Amino acid sequence: MTSPAVCSVLHILDGNMKKLLSRDWRGDISPACIDRFVARVWQTLYAESESELKPVMYDSDAEVSYVYITHNNLYLLAITKSNCNAAALLTFLHRLVDIFRHYFKTLEESIRDNFVIIYELLDEVMDNGYPQFTEAKILSEFITVGAHQLIAPKAPMAVTNAVSWRSEGIRYQKNEVFLDVVESLNIVVNAAGQVVNSETFGALRLRAYLSGMPECKLGLNDKIMLHAQNRSTKGKSVELDDIKFHQCVRLARFENDRTISFIPPDGHFDLMNYRISTANVKPLIWIEASVNRPSRSRVEYVVKVRTHFKSRLQATGVEIKLPVSSDATSPEVNTGLGSVAYVPEQEAMLWKIKSVQGGKEIMMRAKFSLPSVSALEDDGPVQKKPPITCKFEIPYYTVSGVQVRYLKVLERSGYQALPWVRYITKSGNYEFRLDHGY
Amino acid sequence: MTSRSDARYFTSQKKGEVAEWRDEIHDPDRDKRKNAVKKAVIAAMTVGKDVSMLFTDVVNCGQTDSVELKKLVYLYLINYAKTQPDLAILAVNTFVKDSQDPNPLIRALAVRTMGCIRVSKIIEYLCDPLHKALLDPYVRKTAAICVAKLYDAGPEMVTEHGFVDHLRELLDDSNPMVVANSVAALAEIREKSCSPDSTVGLDSKVVHKLLAALNECTEWGQVFILDTLSSYVSQGDQGAERVIERVLPRLQHANCAVVLSAVKVIVVQLEDLRDPARVQQLVRKLAPSLVTLLSAEAEIQYVALRNINLIIQKYPDILKSEVKVFFCKYNDPIFVKQEKIETILATERNIDQVLLEFKEYSKEVDVEFVKKAVQAIGRCAISIEQAAERCISVLLELIETKVNYVVQESIVVIKHIFRRYPNQYEGIIECLCDSLDTLDEPEAKSSMIWIIGEYAERIDNAEELLEAFLDTFLEETPEVQLQLLTSTVKLFLKKPATGPQILIQNVLHQATIETDNPDLRDRAFVYWRLLSSDPESAKDVVLAMKPTIRDDLTNSPQTELLQGFLRQLSTLSSIYHKLPPLFVPHDPLRTRLLYGQSGETKNTGLDGSLTNLHENQEIVSGKKANPDPLVDLMDGTNLKEEKLGNSKNADTIQLADPVTNEFRLFYPSESTLLSADKGAGLEISGVIMRGEDNLPCYSLKLTNHTSVHIDHFQFQFNKNSFMLAPCSQLQYSKVAPNESFRCLLRLSFSGSSSEKTASPWLQVAVKSSHQCGEVFYFNDRVPLESVLLPEGRLEYEKFVQLWNCATDEYVAQCQMSELLTPEAVIRAFDSLNVFACSPASFSESDNSSVYLSAKAPGPHEEQWILVKITFTSTVGYLEISSRSFIKGYADMIYNSLRRLLLGL
Repeated sequence: MTSPAVCSVLHILDGNMKKLLSRDWRGDISPACIDRFVARVWQTLYAESESELKPVMYDSDAEVSYVYITHNNLYLLAITKSNCNAAALLTFLHRLVDIFRHYFKTLEESIRDNFVIIYELLDEVMDNGYPQFTEAKILSEFITVGAHQLIAPKAPMAVTNAVSWRSEGIRYQKNEVFLDVVESLNIVVNAAGQVVNSETFGALRLRAYLSGMPECKLGLNDKIMLHAQNRSTKGKSVELDDIKFHQCVRLARFENDRTISFIPPDGHFDLMNYRISTANVKPLIWIEASVNRPSRSRVEYVVKVRTHFKSRLQATGVEIKLPVSSDATSPEVNTGLGSVAYVPEQEAMLWKIKSVQGGKEIMMRAKFSLPSVSALEDDGPVQKKPPITCKFEIPYYTVSGVQVRYLKVLERSGYQALPWVRYITKSGNYEFRLDHGY
Repeated sequence: MTSRSDARYFTSQKKGEVAEWRDEIHDPDRDKRKNAVKKAVIAAMTVGKDVSMLFTDVVNCGQTDSVELKKLVYLYLINYAKTQPDLAILAVNTFVKDSQDPNPLIRALAVRTMGCIRVSKIIEYLCDPLHKALLDPYVRKTAAICVAKLYDAGPEMVTEHGFVDHLRELLDDSNPMVVANSVAALAEIREKSCSPDSTVGLDSKVVHKLLAALNECTEWGQVFILDTLSSYVSQGDQGAERVIERVLPRLQHANCAVVLSAVKVIVVQLEDLRDPARVQQLVRKLAPSLVTLLSAEAEIQYVALRNINLIIQKYPDILKSEVKVFFCKYNDPIFVKQEKIETILATERNIDQVLLEFKEYSKEVDVEFVKKAVQAIGRCAISIEQAAERCISVLLELIETKVNYVVQESIVVIKHIFRRYPNQYEGIIECLCDSLDTLDEPEAKSSMIWIIGEYAERIDNAEELLEAFLDTFLEETPEVQLQLLTSTVKLFLKKPATGPQILIQNVLHQATIETDNPDLRDRAFVYWRLLSSDPESAKDVVLAMKPTIRDDLTNSPQTELLQGFLRQLSTLSSIYHKLPPLFVPHDPLRTRLLYGQSGETKNTGLDGSLTNLHENQEIVSGKKANPDPLVDLMDGTNLKEEKLGNSKNADTIQLADPVTNEFRLFYPSESTLLSADKGAGLEISGVIMRGEDNLPCYSLKLTNHTSVHIDHFQFQFNKNSFMLAPCSQLQYSKVAPNESFRCLLRLSFSGSSSEKTASPWLQVAVKSSHQCGEVFYFNDRVPLESVLLPEGRLEYEKFVQLWNCATDEYVAQCQMSELLTPEAVIRAFDSLNVFACSPASFSESDNSSVYLSAKAPGPHEEQWILVKITFTSTVGYLEISSRSFIKGYADMIYNSLRRLLLGL
């Protein structure tokens, strides 16, 4: 038996671990605990044993657990005495960050500036340590930044409704839905040129500007769905490895006949996320690099980039980051396309290419001088060996082949809504490990 | 705009500002009032300034129609009500008024805040508004949680006002949010209450309701419901299938917590599925969701990885083809990388790929991470024989890098590989010896020394190598010293030349004379005597073949413990890989873990958990004498005896398990009750212990020394102080000639009682087919802790009252291990129905005394037994005084406690 995520206290700390604000829900944690936590973090940082720092830590003397996340120099720390649901608590903390961002855009400075409103929010999102209601959009309907209100605000029906993510009575002149299919490609290639892992995460981002309480139905070229509905699988269909839905989607219905039906929240949200292994797809952009050290004081990088997609498509905003030794100086670069800049503070070369067609191959050479007395000799600290990373976008294309077949909108008033669909593939964690030659 | 930039309030530190604020609080202008309150609240809550003197002024502001101001006042109240309980009463009016406000937001706010103020005076006023709130549809969700708060402050009030029933009714509510919060509140009350099952009986009807609410709930509500469901024991195959079917769609939820809780429910229910193919199919369905969790935020990934680690121990194939997802990305935080390494399961098929990755990781910067990578390579070698050679060559490559910590860790790992595959890879020893001088970590050193000793005959200069270490013998850690000693002996036995002879004399001299370490000295003496008396048998001893080590890849806990962890998926317990009682203070779950489910878990303490005693039950009722489950029981008892024996022989009584720092109780051991000659060939031994459902039972072993079958056993008890009587018989059990039979005889408190004084003795009569139904008699001493009633809990005040008028007393002192702390005692005894009285008051007032109460079964009203254990300031002594109203109990409880704690 476990009790659901029970958090006793929440502390928000700044980057120097100074307390910004805290909220105590259950009053069963000694105030000394926060100091113990801070001391513990500092201690581990001083001892350079960061591997001791885990997001969930037990304090055996105080018999409490610390569960925390960091976000842009902020610590959000929950302390609990019970065997709480850690996954829920951590998810909640991340959700809290989302809410704060929805309210204040930037975070760290805003915490103190918006003390009162944050307390109001904390009062609403958690009660007695149980997460309650974390829909930023609905929250902002009844907890507002403007303070002068003569009429006391009422809790919107949505808070306790079955449809907790959408308020009633929304009106638009023109009813439209914009649907972006965004796929990001994660790839790890080892120094020998073998693909270690390649997977694609897709997101269906919806921006819904619809009146009333619209019923929506989405059709994809999902193989299982087409099969379940006995449709012919003409054309390309895809099999997704895993799918996650926004809470507005009726999961039981999906499990039943793979129909994606929902009442959307107002505005933008991620309707669905999916994962698909792309181990069999050739990486869209392939990078090969070799490092030569002709002499102790010289190092030479040769980078070859190939684009493996149809030639009518373009990769835009390509940015390749090539890590170089920290003590390299006087670069000599030449390249066939784009511009290369040496960024010593990042210990890297940045190669930017505005756009490149599919099926191309481009080269870049860079030579550096190294200080004559190099740290190459033994006993030097082990050098970090960061990989080559790459960023790019390919519009009008999904690497998985996912397509939206239809998006139907039904509302009592019977209006016609226009769906707009866009596709784009981007790089996610796209890394090529590099043999640095030392 | 007033709320812009609250930051300026943080800096004001002027003198006399409090007085200034007070004036402002009374200002007719609303905004000024609000600002003043805001300053006071911020000062109190964040800057840490004491502004309690403004209490009355601020509370008076609460009577306002400005919601924002009201919220501020409430914040202030929560902060100070504890220190100013008398003043807090002033706020009651505001609360009561607000809880009837037409605006549900304000009603909810009032109820919520009132619940947070844990001042008993306020709590009294809470009940009325709470009743009303529970009737009101909009405020119900807040009120439901408030019941849990109220339970925390005054459980009896919750019972008195029937709030638990209210909550149970709310499970039927039309509003899913209300259902979710009621579930959460009930779960909390259930966890805290001493009689858990009476609060939320998770019967199939309730479960059905919860499953139906799942579809409608908010994400957090779904988490509450799923967590509650995970403790539901479904009614067999079909019940489990039904639950799984309804929970399965949750795997598609975007909220990771929902997914993981759903995984937990399914994994728990899988236990009840009979069809292995169906289990496989469902397990496969879990895999994609688990993989996707690894793309969530890093902290969630960490939780997921710790959980996957448990799941793959139970279902090793689940992510067999997905090993790639555990490969580290450059930017993964270090805590994720470490867990990923631990989770990578190498198989024959993927070993090359995996090794390549591990090699890559061992070039990283973080030392701990690198060490883990090297260890992981070693694990591959040990678990996959075909890959051992490849692993070794990778390790050799690593040694060539000459990076100090990599070399050392590699040597430790290679030693393990040698122990797994003796005499196969000693060709590489030469390469290892090259890095001898660089070793400075004890573990690496002793590993290297072990290798030299083990393969002394193949290393030409083994003597020289050991000699180098011997120079610094006295400075080494004990670990290295012991290894040096043994390896030198091995060397001498393998090469009895002059060189080694000088060495051995040197090392024996140093180890026996120049060191204070008794372990080292004793071992050196043993070797010395062995060598001087009989070198040949010394060879047999020292150079004996050692069993090879086995694959400890999964270092898997026993299945029962693992099952316990799987029930805890997504909770802190599953992250620490510790069961909750080990880290949750005063966890009543402990009772159930230790005792509730099974008789035999008694002996194994916390490690064994949650066994289902299904089979044993069958034996008891005598329907089936299936030999298999008996083995379990026997093992359990043997273990118990062994443990007891060991600790008695040891020099010092070790009460605490060094790992968990939990001490173990000494349960009574089985004793012979009826010897074979008195029983004409029938031997009976046994002990009374607490069985399933918390009732006592007789664990018996019947041995038949005659030449015929014995059956139709019947047991009868004489009148006894505890009114014990057997509630079943063993008439269908049969014991074959020269065999033993183990069984549990269930007991109840339905017998008749003996005279006024209490006595532990129980007279038993046995009749069986044996000797034409002749009746045999024996006496047994009932261990008091096995028969104490669960309703023995007392409030502190009541305890004191009873203590002062008790009529029987017993006081004694005894010696004790210092590891025994009051908290540990309380926790351990809780499971025996010996309860601490208000732990809060003992920790504040008298740090060294523990007050315990218990209730014995019997015909009289006053069966109370009261105990005070004082931990005296001289470490190692404690004083036990016990009192009761019936002569005999005080004495008895003392004996029980002494035995439990000391094993005497």
